[in-house]
Amino acid sequence: MRYELVCGIETHIELATNTKIFCNCTTAFGGDPNTHCCPVCTGQPGSLPILNKKVVEYAVRAGLAVHCKINNISHMDRKNYVYPDLPKAYQISQYDEPLCEHGYIELESGKRIGITRIHIEEDAGKLVHENGYTYVDYNRGGVPLIEIVSEPDISSPEEAKEYAEKLQLIMRYVGISDCKMQEGSMRCDVNVSLREVGTKEFGTRTETKNINSLNFIQKAMYAEVERQTDILEAGGSIIQQTMRYDDVSDMISPMREKENSDDYRYFPDPDIIRFQIAQEKVDEIKSSLPELPFDKLTRYVNELELPETTARQMFKYRRVAEFFEGALAEGASVKNASNLITGTIYSNMNTEEDKELFSVLISAKQFGELVKLLDEKTVNFKMAQSTLQQMLESGKSAGDLIKKEDLAGISDDDLTKWCQEAIDANPKAVADIMAGKDKAINVMFGHIMKQSKGKADTKKAESIIRELLS
Amino acid sequence: MREIISELSKKLHSGEMSSVELTKEYIEAIEEANGTINAYVHTTFETAINTAEIADKMLKEGNASALCGIPMTLKDNICTDGLLTTCCSKILDGFKPYYDSAVWEKLKANGAVLLGKTNMDEFAMGSTSESSCYGAPLNPRNTGHVTGGSSGGVAAAVCANMAAYGLGSDTGGSIRQPASFCGIVGLKPTYGAVSRYGLIAYGSSLDQIGPLTYSVKDAAIVFDAIKGIDKRDQTSKAYDYGNLLEGLTQDVKGKKIGVAEEFFEGIDPDMKAQIFEAIQLFEKNGAEIVNIKLPALKLALPVYYIIACAEASSNLGRYDGIRYGHRTTTYDSIDDMIYKTRSEGFGDEVKRRIMLGTYVLSSGYYDAYYKKACIIREEINQEFNDIFAKCDALIAPTAPNTAFPLNFKGASPVEMYLSDICTVPINIAGIPSISVPCGKDAKGLPIGMQIIGRKFAEATILNMAYFYEQNSEDKVGNYEGGVRI
Repeated sequence: MRYELVCGIETHIELATNTKIFCNCTTAFGGDPNTHCCPVCTGQPGSLPILNKKVVEYAVRAGLAVHCKINNISHMDRKNYVYPDLPKAYQISQYDEPLCEHGYIELESGKRIGITRIHIEEDAGKLVHENGYTYVDYNRGGVPLIEIVSEPDISSPEEAKEYAEKLQLIMRYVGISDCKMQEGSMRCDVNVSLREVGTKEFGTRTETKNINSLNFIQKAMYAEVERQTDILEAGGSIIQQTMRYDDVSDMISPMREKENSDDYRYFPDPDIIRFQIAQEKVDEIKSSLPELPFDKLTRYVNELELPETTARQMFKYRRVAEFFEGALAEGASVKNASNLITGTIYSNMNTEEDKELFSVLISAKQFGELVKLLDEKTVNFKMAQSTLQQMLESGKSAGDLIKKEDLAGISDDDLTKWCQEAIDANPKAVADIMAGKDKAINVMFGHIMKQSKGKADTKKAESIIRELLS
Repeated sequence: MREIISELSKKLHSGEMSSVELTKEYIEAIEEANGTINAYVHTTFETAINTAEIADKMLKEGNASALCGIPMTLKDNICTDGLLTTCCSKILDGFKPYYDSAVWEKLKANGAVLLGKTNMDEFAMGSTSESSCYGAPLNPRNTGHVTGGSSGGVAAAVCANMAAYGLGSDTGGSIRQPASFCGIVGLKPTYGAVSRYGLIAYGSSLDQIGPLTYSVKDAAIVFDAIKGIDKRDQTSKAYDYGNLLEGLTQDVKGKKIGVAEEFFEGIDPDMKAQIFEAIQLFEKNGAEIVNIKLPALKLALPVYYIIACAEASSNLGRYDGIRYGHRTTTYDSIDDMIYKTRSEGFGDEVKRRIMLGTYVLSSGYYDAYYKKACIIREEINQEFNDIFAKCDALIAPTAPNTAFPLNFKGASPVEMYLSDICTVPINIAGIPSISVPCGKDAKGLPIGMQIIGRKFAEATILNMAYFYEQNSEDKVGNYEGGVRI
């Protein structure tokens, strides 16, 4: 029998607001246990939540970035369940009136993965197990989250990874979260079921919770598909349950079963009044969105005529793209600017995170000035590279690093003189050149570069040599 | 009726006596009578003397408010920084919040002197205050009877002159009904008029804090001090009441007073007679009586018990023994600890309402109970809106009965719930209502009359209550014991 995969993903993303969703406590990651807390986020008796407007705005921003419809009227619900990290015994979330609905993310293939809804909610605290005791740290309690629920449109582990990757990229781009899967600011729950090819009905699904890397999404799905296929082929049936993926052993296994099926007894939170987001506000947020990453990629390739590989190296990182475009605004050329970024600057950045952060000592303007020197051939590429490296290390401008006499460049007379010296000193190479062995000219360059301290333009030198030899 | 706050304020401002002296009088009265009345469950005498000293300084400086230096009490579900706040429940045993409620913050700023926290039904669930883990307070008017509930301790303390005034909370009648049982005044303000920040929640969409006092003017003074929008309570609202005390003109001419027969069905004939006598007094003084219908009234009780219990089941989930309050001593897992802590910590009535609320929110029952109750709540609101398009106020009994005898065995829980019929519709609609003493029944127990108004029409109902108080014979009178200055 042949099976096909049906998958939907629920993604939790921590919003990068400065304060929590219902109080003024900081959302900063870390901190000594229970120091980022107040009566509200620890659920003290008598405390009341106040909805943070910024959270609503960030969620609308997220929704608009993935083509969602924004519900202008919305409310918060209580999701009741008992767990020590949840100090009120209910999570304030949204049930039947989510802020955003009906969006999508387009994959490279052109296939769209539907987004059912995006809603806002509060994060829970954390249990810490130490020396045989269990402690609770409520610092994370009340940190704002959005939950992004996809339609079951995903049909392969590769599509799942691509969906999550694109979602991460878009959310970082619009600035609502750093989406660090390792730190838990983005977490994916993957729902997987199989059905016979040709059938319409969904099979029983399992949910693999809290996957914390893009690669593990793919690996966990392979493992789960294999497990489900084995069961179905042996004539068994799938049990609806929650799974855990262990990346060390690459194994998937069911989590401890709860005794009762979950009944969250959702109802509207009476402490938070229904809230309205004016259409003008939605429009304002929409117009403040930056160019979205995949639109940018298309523009880089089609309009800037960048090679796709180079464009892909840059568009992913919002700060890189801003730096690049800043240099272009200074009048720098696309080609030289992109080559220096992906060459010299990237050689200083070893990880994805470095590129994401893109903390450089120089401004786009300073960079643009250097690129222009290269564009105007005042400096050659090699010199531009070494100057850029010094700029990156010191934060100085090109003008401060390149001496006046260096910038004055090399006179045609000097260059012709050095070319003649090179011809005189290398009769064998001259013979080779005359015999049509073009590579022999490199022998000449050694002398010229030495004399010019690396500043000579080799193309110009070549034409002078050919002229002298003709 | 004695206008205690005004009288005491005059003495304090004139320097005739100091707040410390006055506070000591009240402490003495509490020490003498509380053993019997059981109004106070936590006393704060040391802090009281300290605040009284500060109040005396404020009074000397000259710009002190009418409440400055006056000893008072708070119901045990209103949070006070560093002072026990236990909702009269074992589960909050030893709980001292590290924050003040909004109302206490305001009163403190006014120089109020807190004598202690008063008795109540556990988590404000009840009509007799007998579900308190500290035992029931007794009705000073007749100690064989209950004070009513759930703010029974406040009512008893104010009635017995063991506090000049107090704040209670009213979810389904918990200010008005004990005020009526003890023969004093109780005001349940409009939902949103007073911040709920720091009021330990029972039914969040119904709860409201308000004053219990000896006179209407006192109620107006206290309400004036605690009202107002608070950025920590999203359900609180700003409303410009103007000068509430100047609004007490006793002028009721042209006021349209609605009387709905549904409120009087099955009530004691003595009580009905007294309240109709009051209605006639209004009519004689130029008010117009309008007979109205309130058919949804009979639905108010089930709606109230479904919504209040649903909210309570969620609000009370946090008492798990992890962060504060009672924790069981032996357990073998976190789940076991939570289970045992809650089983030991909550009393029967609280457990009953948590179970009821959990049930009505459960999947499969939600639509039939909770959702339906919300729909009917809207219908009730609509009926009140229609009435207030025709009337300025409604008059009704506060309760269908006067104070129950202690340990009233005849009543099943449901029978007790039925006694809330006159007060719960007001909470459902979120409108204000004041209960004023209106004579006595054959047993000599005080009767309460409710004057109900539109949202934010506290000024109207206070003035009507003031008119009645000033123009009727005071058949209930002041309690003989306690502080008599």
